Amino acid sequence: MNDKVIPIQAAGGQPSGAFEYISTKKDELVGWARKFSLFPYPFVTACCAMEFMAVSSTPYDTDRFGAALPRFSPRQSDLLMVVGTINHKQAPILLKVYEQMCEPKWVMAFGACATSGGFYQNYATLLGVDRIVPVDVYIPGCPPRPEMVIDGIMKLQDKIARERHPILTKEF
Amino acid sequence: MSDAVFDRVRSGLGDLAQDAAVSHGVLVIDATPAGVLPLVRGLKASGFDMFLDVTAVDWPAQAPRFEVVWHFYSTTHKVRVRVKTRVAEQQPEVDSLVALYGSAAFMERECHEMYGIRFRGNDDLRPLLLYEGFVGFPLRKDYAKEQEQPLVPYREGFQ
Repeated sequence: MNDKVIPIQAAGGQPSGAFEYISTKKDELVGWARKFSLFPYPFVTACCAMEFMAVSSTPYDTDRFGAALPRFSPRQSDLLMVVGTINHKQAPILLKVYEQMCEPKWVMAFGACATSGGFYQNYATLLGVDRIVPVDVYIPGCPPRPEMVIDGIMKLQDKIARERHPILTKEF
Repeated sequence: MSDAVFDRVRSGLGDLAQDAAVSHGVLVIDATPAGVLPLVRGLKASGFDMFLDVTAVDWPAQAPRFEVVWHFYSTTHKVRVRVKTRVAEQQPEVDSLVALYGSAAFMERECHEMYGIRFRGNDDLRPLLLYEGFVGFPLRKDYAKEQEQPLVPYREGFQ
């Protein structure tokens, strides 16, 4: 039916030469691989969790971006999603989770509370998780719409694709 | 029906309370600090079997400064009673009700950490919602609302 198929192998079993070599930069190749294999660790503390569930489920389907499979061990994940309000009592736990994650790792502040403390400004609430961990992408909204989360994931992917990806880091 | 219950409670108060009046369908008893424990013992005996809440009100301009408020509910008569008493800032201390109602233990812990009210007889007044090392009582009016006490040092650039 479709006679425009390009044969991987030429007739007679000889290699055709197609796709045997590619030419690219190491950072672009590693960045491309890493941006489509994000394993999020959802650090879920508050009502933004509902939007996290919505964005993870079928209608919005973050699997399209390779970011669907939450790992509930920080050692197996490379994207820390801070979903909800963090208070001062919770902050040491968040820091411990962050420190357990292996390099390379990224942090997403999901929603107004994780970004800035949201409408809380009092003795109990941490006014933004960037005070204790470095944040790569902030998603506004109370809670953010799933489209905004997907936009945030795509922005993070762009950032990962543009990053340097050293094979040897200071940890090794 | 609630009037009959309230009348019975009121007639048994004696000198434990300064005042008792019905407000919004709730019997409000203004008790003396020393009268709270015997008064609540009497309430429990007359059917108020559920401990709903204990909290405090801070009146910075008044003396005595703090008002401690309890709520009780009767599951047989379906009515509520509020017990109030005043304690001074120098000695914010009232009797614990843990011996009468086990559920008072956690609520007294919360009231203690938020307002600094000490409950005589409750020997577990560790912080419940706050953390060890928190200085001051955040729901008192003289605690600055935005006074943070972070457990994790902030990153560079944040004070």
